[in-house]
Amino acid sequence: MTHDSTASSESIRPSLGSSELVNMLGRFVAIMAVYSFFAIMVEDGKFYSPRVLESILRQSAVYATAGLGMTLIIIAGGIDLSTGSILALTVVVVAFVLNLPVPNAAEDASVEARYLTYQWPVLLPLLAVAAGVLAATLAGAVNGLLIVGLRLVPFIVTLGALLIWRAVAKGISQEKAIYPQEDTWVSDIMQPTFVPFLNWMRGVDSARRPEGMGWFVLPLGIWILIFAAIAAALLLRYTRFGRHLFAVGSNESTARLCGVPVERTKVAAYMLGGFFAGLAGLMQFSFEGGNGYPTTAAGYELHIIAAVVLGGGSLLGGEGSVLGTVIGALMITILRMGGEQMDWPKWVQEAVIGGIIIAAATLDRVRHRGTQ
Amino acid sequence: MRGVSKRFGATRALHRVNLQVRPGEVLALVGENGAGKSTLMKVLSGAHAPDEGEMWLDGRPYSPRSPLDARRHGIAMIYQELSLAPHLSVMENILLGIEPTIGPLIQWSEMRRRAAAALEEVGVRNVRPETPVHRLSIAQQQMVEIARSVALESRVLVLDEPTSSLTRHDIERLFALIRSLRARGISIIYISHFLEEVQQISDRFAVLRDGESVGEGVTAATPLHNIIAMMVGREVNELYPRSQRCDDGEVVLELAQLRGIEKPVSASLQLRRGRVLGIAGLMGAGRTELMRAIFGLERVASGEIRVGTFSGRSTPQRRWAQGVGMVSEDRKQEGLALGLSVADNMTMSRLGGLGPWRFVLPSRQRAAALPWIRRIPIKCASPAQTVSALSGGNQQKVALARLLHADVDILLLDEPTRGIDVASKSEIYRLIDELAAGDEATGRAPKAVLIVSSYLPELLGVCDEVAVMTRGRLGPTRPVAQWNEHQLMLAATGKEEAASI
Repeated sequence: MTHDSTASSESIRPSLGSSELVNMLGRFVAIMAVYSFFAIMVEDGKFYSPRVLESILRQSAVYATAGLGMTLIIIAGGIDLSTGSILALTVVVVAFVLNLPVPNAAEDASVEARYLTYQWPVLLPLLAVAAGVLAATLAGAVNGLLIVGLRLVPFIVTLGALLIWRAVAKGISQEKAIYPQEDTWVSDIMQPTFVPFLNWMRGVDSARRPEGMGWFVLPLGIWILIFAAIAAALLLRYTRFGRHLFAVGSNESTARLCGVPVERTKVAAYMLGGFFAGLAGLMQFSFEGGNGYPTTAAGYELHIIAAVVLGGGSLLGGEGSVLGTVIGALMITILRMGGEQMDWPKWVQEAVIGGIIIAAATLDRVRHRGTQ
Repeated sequence: MRGVSKRFGATRALHRVNLQVRPGEVLALVGENGAGKSTLMKVLSGAHAPDEGEMWLDGRPYSPRSPLDARRHGIAMIYQELSLAPHLSVMENILLGIEPTIGPLIQWSEMRRRAAAALEEVGVRNVRPETPVHRLSIAQQQMVEIARSVALESRVLVLDEPTSSLTRHDIERLFALIRSLRARGISIIYISHFLEEVQQISDRFAVLRDGESVGEGVTAATPLHNIIAMMVGREVNELYPRSQRCDDGEVVLELAQLRGIEKPVSASLQLRRGRVLGIAGLMGAGRTELMRAIFGLERVASGEIRVGTFSGRSTPQRRWAQGVGMVSEDRKQEGLALGLSVADNMTMSRLGGLGPWRFVLPSRQRAAALPWIRRIPIKCASPAQTVSALSGGNQQKVALARLLHADVDILLLDEPTRGIDVASKSEIYRLIDELAAGDEATGRAPKAVLIVSSYLPELLGVCDEVAVMTRGRLGPTRPVAQWNEHQLMLAATGKEEAASI
């Protein structure tokens, strides 16, 4: 093999690119196979109704959105075990802001006079969303700073953070659920809109004209996920920061040798991890019916990490993709919902999901051996 | 060992090597770095199986299936990097794998007794068997390793560079121990670069060069320079092109009394544009630490590094911006991100200009990598190929191409040709020559190159000037014409005075 023939640009077939494509196709096939399995097995074709499809999207949105941040962290060779707690922190902060009282209001004033939500009906929900996402981003930044500053293993730091952020959430809510006085649009971002919209389009008699967010066709939360996923994918693939994440995760020493700001890159990864967890927290807030439960989303980090791993992320760093993570989150949701529809007992559902995660990781390993 | 050969892929590591050790004898195994000493000892200790040849132990054929098997046959290895479990106690380490037990239970009293006996035999009295190993000094740990081989009743003890991290006093104690083991009929194979130690401790010596036995003899009856001649006896061939290089370029890198945390102890040099300066020395002399200190990867205790007009503390990030690039000696651990593509690795040092703002377009990354892939050349399917799929030589060329992509003026190359094939080596030598010479036609300015290498013919062939580092101290820089391998070796082993004779 002479270098002339290998290096002419026309004849080049990007081997990595094509194998990535094959892997992603493989994931599509796998998810279609699992979906088809349930679609056939669940009686009356219940599993391929528009309602169920929308439901799968809605249910996977929290995992997928938080999974975006986890993908960045895992690519950089880290891990974040505190994501579930950061979700809860967001939920509580949103509820807390929505439930803020008017300062110095008279004791005997009317409810309308005592709560800010009536005074600032437009501004307050926006403030609540901003505060929730900001809190999550800060929590992520603190995780990153501790890992870099104390030179501790991410597993240990975020294990501690798992307890700390949950504790902060409980502290803010004083260990009780916060029930905001009034429902706002924030509570509705995960409300199903697709089926009502479809019915109205078809002219079904009972269907009412969509109003408010009903015009978005899909729930607002799904749109948030879609835009966030596109942004994360572009960030990873087309920015210097994205390439630095891969470099740090693939070989930290090399990255340092090449002048990559390793510490800054890591902190930014955890910070973005917090940011995406904050977006997911908004969705979780809606799923909780617009209430601030400090105990929500416990153990979610495991599902989120599983989604990243199912999507081809390597816990050794340097590997992972946004599309893969979204597919991984869908996979877990389909398995869970399918299992429910099939009336499998809960323990069978959990065992099946566990088995699939291990099988997927094994498959990944075998494939890697093939290419190296 | 008779006619032992071993190949790794296309590399011939050992070729029909013969080696004999008698009971109660200290045999020194000497040779340059990469001569095959370590490989030979790995064959002896069962870590590698030989491709051909046979081994005999006490008159019986011996073919160890694994290091454990070799240990059972009474062959103990003590490597440069000690292989103790740091969290376990001294006695647990000494009797690891042969713990006295009653049923499933460890017999602690017996363990303590036997460990103490072994320690006593190697003359260590100030170490308690219960002490965790990580609390011991390096010298004490080495004694514990030797005590382990005594407890195993080893008959052949291999010591690989045992003195490289010991103080003068500890070395004396080690030698005393070696003599007492020898008196008990144990055979010792002693590997060392320090020839004065070889003279001091060994009865006989055997020389390896390029994986072949090239000589042996009685140490006391052989003058030092004869041993060195056996070690280096090689001719410089056509591998090293040498274009016209200017010798009046401006000084781009200057070190003044540079001192690191541990090493280097003291280093001063001047590197001019258009020159290739080599640093010779033994492993562990502090050459890599010197390079890393220059590049901002290791802290500087005192002294000064001036890069062009910059001086003071620096980081790799700033060094790249100042036009300095480095190739690491450890390709796999530090030099390259093996899981990433050729283009990613090559452009990692300079992602600017590969897209608008802070964007990096993968297509531009690949396009930036292509000219270098063609010019050096690097054999790969495409710039998008994963680096781990390339051969060692091509991987190294990718690491080097990173410096070209960043268009640096000063190249710091730490063992740039270690462990790669001859064809790749010659391509790298040609590239270094082109870079140093510059090209007036295309307006490429000459670059300055600083090379660390343990391969003396390479230094003599490629460099304009060479300095030798010995135990952390960098000697004076001299034109390459004033050096030969013999003198470099003498200077590196700390016998520089002898070089002038």
